[in-house]
Amino acid sequence: MSAAARAVDVWKVYGSGEAQVIALRGVNLEVERGKFTAIMGPSGSGKSTLMHCLAGLDSVTRGEVAVGDTRVTGLSDAGLTRLRREKVGFIFQQFNLLPTLTAEENITLPLAISGRKPDKAWYDTVIQTVGLGDRLGHRPSQLSGGQQQRVACARALVSRPEVIFADEPTGNLDSRSGADILGFLRRSVSEFGQTIVMVTHDANAASYADRVIFLADGRIVDEIENPTAEAVLDKIKSLDTLAVSEDRVEVAE
Amino acid sequence: MLRATLKSLLARKVRLVLSGLAVLLGVMFVSGSFVLTDAIGRSFDNMFSSALAETDVLVTAKPAIEVSEMEGEPVPGLLTAADLRRVQEIAPSAIGEISVDGARVIGSDGKVVTTYGPPRMGGNWTGEVGGLRLHEGVAPQKADEIVVNAALAKKAGIKVGDQVGVLTTKPKQTFKLVGIFGYEGGLDSRGPVDEVRFTDAVAQELMLGAEGYTSITVNSDKSPAALRDELKAGLGDRYVVQTGEEAAAAMANSFKAVLDVMNKILLGFAGVALFVGTFLILNTFSIIVAQRTKELALARALGAGRGQMIGSVLVEAVVIGLVASVLGLAAGVGVGALLAAYFANFTSLQLAGIAVPAAAVISAFTVGIVITVIAALLPAVRASRVPPVAALQEVATPDRPLTKLTAAGAIVTAAGGGAIAYGLRQQSLWFLMGGVLAAFVGVALLSPFVARPAVAMLGRLFSWSVPGKLGRLNSGRNPRRTAITAAALMVGIALVTGVNTIMTSAERSMRGDVAATFKADLVISGQESPGVQPTFDPVLLPRMQQVSGVDSVVATYADQIAVNGKPAYAQVQTDLPTVARLVSATTVAGTIAQPGPGEVVVDDNRGHALGDTVTVRSAKGTEKTYRVIGIFADTNLFGGYQFGADAIEGMRGGQPTFAYVDLADSADPAAARTALEGLLADSPEMRVQNQKEYIDNQTGEVAQFLLMVQVLLGLAMLIAVLGVVNTLALSVLERTREIGLLRAIGLGRMATMRMITVEAVVITVFGALLGLAVGVGLGSAVVEGLADEGLKELVLPWQQMGLYLGVGAVVGVLAAILPAIRAARTNVLGAIAYE
Repeated sequence: MSAAARAVDVWKVYGSGEAQVIALRGVNLEVERGKFTAIMGPSGSGKSTLMHCLAGLDSVTRGEVAVGDTRVTGLSDAGLTRLRREKVGFIFQQFNLLPTLTAEENITLPLAISGRKPDKAWYDTVIQTVGLGDRLGHRPSQLSGGQQQRVACARALVSRPEVIFADEPTGNLDSRSGADILGFLRRSVSEFGQTIVMVTHDANAASYADRVIFLADGRIVDEIENPTAEAVLDKIKSLDTLAVSEDRVEVAE
Repeated sequence: MLRATLKSLLARKVRLVLSGLAVLLGVMFVSGSFVLTDAIGRSFDNMFSSALAETDVLVTAKPAIEVSEMEGEPVPGLLTAADLRRVQEIAPSAIGEISVDGARVIGSDGKVVTTYGPPRMGGNWTGEVGGLRLHEGVAPQKADEIVVNAALAKKAGIKVGDQVGVLTTKPKQTFKLVGIFGYEGGLDSRGPVDEVRFTDAVAQELMLGAEGYTSITVNSDKSPAALRDELKAGLGDRYVVQTGEEAAAAMANSFKAVLDVMNKILLGFAGVALFVGTFLILNTFSIIVAQRTKELALARALGAGRGQMIGSVLVEAVVIGLVASVLGLAAGVGVGALLAAYFANFTSLQLAGIAVPAAAVISAFTVGIVITVIAALLPAVRASRVPPVAALQEVATPDRPLTKLTAAGAIVTAAGGGAIAYGLRQQSLWFLMGGVLAAFVGVALLSPFVARPAVAMLGRLFSWSVPGKLGRLNSGRNPRRTAITAAALMVGIALVTGVNTIMTSAERSMRGDVAATFKADLVISGQESPGVQPTFDPVLLPRMQQVSGVDSVVATYADQIAVNGKPAYAQVQTDLPTVARLVSATTVAGTIAQPGPGEVVVDDNRGHALGDTVTVRSAKGTEKTYRVIGIFADTNLFGGYQFGADAIEGMRGGQPTFAYVDLADSADPAAARTALEGLLADSPEMRVQNQKEYIDNQTGEVAQFLLMVQVLLGLAMLIAVLGVVNTLALSVLERTREIGLLRAIGLGRMATMRMITVEAVVITVFGALLGLAVGVGLGSAVVEGLADEGLKELVLPWQQMGLYLGVGAVVGVLAAILPAIRAARTNVLGAIAYE
């Protein structure tokens, strides 16, 4: 069985000349199907860039990206639009919902855009899982941050994409709402076999994943399977020390 | 504070350019109007003064019938041969001149040379005086010889030696063209005027129908002023004696009144454009203030006072107004110059050169700055009310209740309606215009309240697709913004719809009358011919009567008169009882018999009673008293003073201008028509028409008038479109994140564009519907108010209204193009990135 998403020797370079910034330096990654993968790393490590590249939101400078059987690199805008419509789901940190639509309309929006009807049984399951039953007719402005994020999760799930990309989905939430969302993501992987890639800088959030990838300076530097929060924190500390010592080396030069 | 203001002004260039453009276009219209009328005015000044440059003193008679500018042409007084002799006793060199509009040359192609309004003068050749110069040939010596000016010869395609047909107050007569003349400076014409010059006797017979002159030109070695005073003293007060300069100024002045009316009409339309522009500026500033809430709150938190906040917004307005005024003035001078050049070229007028009149400059700056500041006032006050704490809160566009706004709108609309009703009853144009303006403002205030349900309903049309639904929801999102954008479009559409409703109703009322009451099978009437009433020879009447199938022919003679000193029209029917039957006239008092000498029949609207005696002054200046022997009911079709044959001698042409033809039931209308047309060969401007053609012809001007109104309102529409573009562009900018999100979850580029387009179309169609509703309201108010003037039924111009609605939709699509492209190009990553 092929990977749900794949990056092969991906380089991403912004700008040129003196202002050149290398965000990714030859990243190779296979996102396993039916698994919850977390990508961690300090600010500027390239974790968000990696996710954007994997999801086809950003183009790669070199290398190749694929989602399922679809080669993302080199797709036209129309191709990318179709990819996002059919194979990818998104959960952003904020501004996930259209203020003019009700929660229910927001959830079914991706299906409506691609002209599909929601699978009734699956839709009910999703709604039940996120626990929004009585709030479906409300507009985003009438929902709390946690509820809004649950609507966003439901929206990503309802079209059963190949991969859901979540970019710091709990970054704007208090710890309880955050735990709700993470638990919900975890369940959709365990119970429904959904593939999820989540970018986070929160060790606790990462501990919900099956696998944590650590990025530093545009490279994958480590990974942990079945992590605990402590293990993740330890890893981060060791990476920080590494980064600090590297800085020293640079200064020494 | 000032520097901060100017910096933030620069930071929002695009938005301000759009609202500045609205002011610019309005100012351009205003100053362009002034520049144009000024240039044309001075050109005509030059023309008149060059025409009278070689004249020391000009003697004319007081007008036979004085008519104000708007009522028509005054009837000039005639100077007799005796008058000329009296002048010659004082100044032997005096020359009697004849110059009357209405000499129509038939060109080499057999068609009458027409103009679109300027006169076609017929007169006597008095030698190379008054700037006239013979270019070729000789002066007319015999009765069948004429000379024409070079421009006319060219237009008509005639040359010296040709036989040329000329229509005058008499039907066609043929002359030999013996010479072609021009004017000093080598000109072929004096402005747009065509001239035919006969010998004195022929000019008198054909142009005046009397022995006399229209003016006497006097030259001597005395100073003009001295000569004038001497003549004045010698002649008495029946004469107008002016130096050449005074006469030129007087002519130019009477012409200026026409230009002045033209200028006022143009300024009226400029006013509409500026009014619409006000909406655009108001909207732009409101949005800017809303977007800058945090910035403004921060300034407040840092200690800026309310006055300073208001000041900072107003300074922006002044700067925009100033810049737009300067550019608008420059553009106005350009447009005015261009139009003046076009006009001059079109009329072969010698353009006097373009100047920038003070009025153009003053009005440009006043209008530009005042309008901008007024429009910015409300948003400025709102800016001052931003509480400092807003800097710390999430920006949310609070949904302020519309109650106050709606109440205010209802009151203003009601006040406007009242003013319109009062203005109609009192015939006060000011009240009417003020009322219309108030109604517009009132409806604009009401429109946010209407916007929500209206937009929801309209949007259903587009809800079948996801982008359509999103677009519809977006347009309903900010009812104030949607409403004011739509209101800008409303104004133009309401005005054309209103005018159209009035016109259509008037036309239908007239047609209804005609269908019900007009019994004549054919009508012989003159083609529209500026300044001239085409006529036909009365000797044809018996021969028309002989045409097979013709039951009766009644000819009508008409000319201006003054009744008890008031201008009016005289008609003479060769058979009044028959005409009364053909137009279904109803007798009110007395009898409608053919009036004998000294008798008159009149309609019931003139304030005369049976047996009254009226004093009538004819166009030739003779006075006579008549007794009222019959009164009939006035209709759209038939009215006025009906005299007997004795009134014909007082008419200048002395020939019929119109005829009713009644056919026998068994007649072949087509054959009768052909036969009649054959008889009228020497009066090529007379047409034989059936009822329908005649009425179509009478109402044909309506379409032209409407077209002009639509063109002049085009600028207001353009500004409204700018408003839609502006609103959409801002919406797209504000919703960058949302659009990015939509793109991220799979909305394609085309679908994104469709979403924006639907939003635009919903706004513009809403505006068009508002405009149609308000226009129908205004139109029916006027129709109602004019019920006494013969507007019997209200007819809505459905077809045109459908067209305007279509225009509204198309405007929406056009306005959406740029914002939609911008939205489609939204960089998904850039839009959703939040770090």
